[in-house]
Amino acid sequence: MNKTMDQASVDRIRAEELDWENNEVAQFVKKQAERKPAFFTLGDIPVKRTYTAADLSDTPAEDVGLPGRYPFTRGPYPTMYRSRHWTMRQIAGFGTGEDTNKRFKYLIEQGQTGISTDFDMPTLMGYDSDHAMSEGEVGREGVAIDTLADMEALLDGIDLEKISVSLTINPTAWILLAMYIVLAEKRGYDLNKLSGTVQADILKEYMAQKEFIYPVEPSVRLVRDCITHCAKTMKRYNPINISGYHISEAGSSPLHEAAFTLANLIVYVKEVLKTGMDVDTFAPRLAFFFVCQADFFEEVAKFRALRRCYAKIMKERFGAKNPESMRLRFHCQTAAATLTKPQFMVNVVRTSMQALAAVLGGCQSLHTNGYDEAFAIPTEDAMRMALRTQQVIAEETNVTQVIDPLGGSYFVESLTTEYEKRIFEILDDIDARGGTLKLIEEGWFQRQIADFAYETALRKQSGEKPVIGVNRFVDGTPDPKIHTHPYDKSTADRQIARTRRVRAAQDPALMSRLLDRLKAVAADKNENIMPVTIELVRAGATMGDIVEALKTIWGTYRETPVF
Amino acid sequence: MRQPIRVLLAKVGLDGHDRGVKVVARTLRDAGMDVIYSGLHRTPEEVVSAAIQEDVDVLGVSLLSGVQLTVFPKIFKLLADKGINDLIIVAGGVMPDEDVVELKKMGVSEVLLQDTPPDAIVKTLTRLVAERGPR
Repeated sequence: MNKTMDQASVDRIRAEELDWENNEVAQFVKKQAERKPAFFTLGDIPVKRTYTAADLSDTPAEDVGLPGRYPFTRGPYPTMYRSRHWTMRQIAGFGTGEDTNKRFKYLIEQGQTGISTDFDMPTLMGYDSDHAMSEGEVGREGVAIDTLADMEALLDGIDLEKISVSLTINPTAWILLAMYIVLAEKRGYDLNKLSGTVQADILKEYMAQKEFIYPVEPSVRLVRDCITHCAKTMKRYNPINISGYHISEAGSSPLHEAAFTLANLIVYVKEVLKTGMDVDTFAPRLAFFFVCQADFFEEVAKFRALRRCYAKIMKERFGAKNPESMRLRFHCQTAAATLTKPQFMVNVVRTSMQALAAVLGGCQSLHTNGYDEAFAIPTEDAMRMALRTQQVIAEETNVTQVIDPLGGSYFVESLTTEYEKRIFEILDDIDARGGTLKLIEEGWFQRQIADFAYETALRKQSGEKPVIGVNRFVDGTPDPKIHTHPYDKSTADRQIARTRRVRAAQDPALMSRLLDRLKAVAADKNENIMPVTIELVRAGATMGDIVEALKTIWGTYRETPVF
Repeated sequence: MRQPIRVLLAKVGLDGHDRGVKVVARTLRDAGMDVIYSGLHRTPEEVVSAAIQEDVDVLGVSLLSGVQLTVFPKIFKLLADKGINDLIIVAGGVMPDEDVVELKKMGVSEVLLQDTPPDAIVKTLTRLVAERGPR
């Protein structure tokens, strides 16, 4: 854009800006001071009073570029929403497979175009539903999955070649992926035609979401195995969703969300490259997941900068040649931690604003939160309202007609370049400090996230960070009664009964042979864990069978908390 | 000199959401209290025996996984079995209003929900310990 602008023009614009500051602005401020002495984004980046063409002088024209072309700042595809809207993918999960299946079908009926699955805590952490640690948690915050039979109930009657399924799961991701594969084979699908995503991003778990089972090294190896297995056998499937969402929700700044996510990307890519696989074989299917927080333009700039940084990392650092390896595609979710209990219907407005920023930032798929999620997991009614929010943006606002409509905005382009610069500074700092894995063990990321979370709590308390209904416009009148999602107390019994039926039908000799092989594979880093896991799932192994066997080889992880 | 208030903050169950508990830990520490944080994924048994061993005034349990009505009855039963009746129990996290009512009936002194300002948390704990009186 401004490569074409000569220094004399830049100087002329800056001189005019200075003149304006000294005249119009100075006179106005004398009459009425500005609301604050200085203004910052939610992520603490200072912003100017206004931006001019001179602020684009350090952004090379080719860094802005065009949609679908390197460095993809303006979008991963050349036509974006003119061809197809983002995938409207509301996450759902509670009770047993049957219970969640009903919610899936309801959401599809309401116009949802993708499926996303929330699992209960025992499933996420690798405990069967009848394990002592699972008490009270079965099917409560997500759906309970112990065996292939549960997965079959979950996806019953849903055409997996027509609708993509996202599995939001991490330490046990490879087992769920194996279940998905066995189910697809049983139904006769062509694996290379299945689209979908498994989150399988373990590093952000140690940093932020804190769902982990094994130590870091074998856990990263499991991720590597998912990526290489899918690259060979499931050409359209995203074997990982490298996620900033949880880093942000755990309290980090938007800048740290962006930078730490790319730090994790770098670890995974290096791990896969060590197997000898070419970067262009697997990189086109790497997918991302980010939050959309409340600072509108900062979020748009963050998404644009992330695309540009990713493209440069893949091309320059890892030598990718295929443009598909350089285009960042991401799922987005509005920020759950911004939802409030008081005046809860205001959450619909917050979520709409965040969703609009996600769309203007060029997301590929979107989840909008329910207005009742400061109370419990969402009801059907809250999810319908959230889906309608996306549909209004897609169908009524016309923001989908022009690609990257904020491209060329002096402010947004300047902030995009600022984000890029700061992201690369943080990545260099991480390298200089010994790399991501070392810093996870040292609690370095965890400390930075906790610092910003604490800072945010203090700013809400002081009112520096306004939250309507909490520290601003607090209304004495009571909110209307809210009906929250009920927990069906029969869930655990129904779930455990099926798990025990499946377990009773196992062939003990076959199970013990397969579990021995699993342990042997686990002990040899050069092997891939997926094939034997697939066999185990097919033979009726429970998740707990597999997870517990591997604990005997790898041990478990306990973090040293920092606060 | 008055002894600082001693607090054990704990995460019980499989829930990994630790943003809130860490903000509370830092808030109370900055306010001069002695704070012990259990770390993640503890059982009620571990938490209760740590509270007794560390001789704390307050046990704060943070939950964002919805299992409050499973966890707190266990904690109260363990305390009753051990004959402990002067430990102040506080809950924190995200939960429906009707569960807050249930927890208070059970003997939880205060439920500190999301967006409770840090100063209010300090004041609440200071008040609860003052109301209990010296041990």
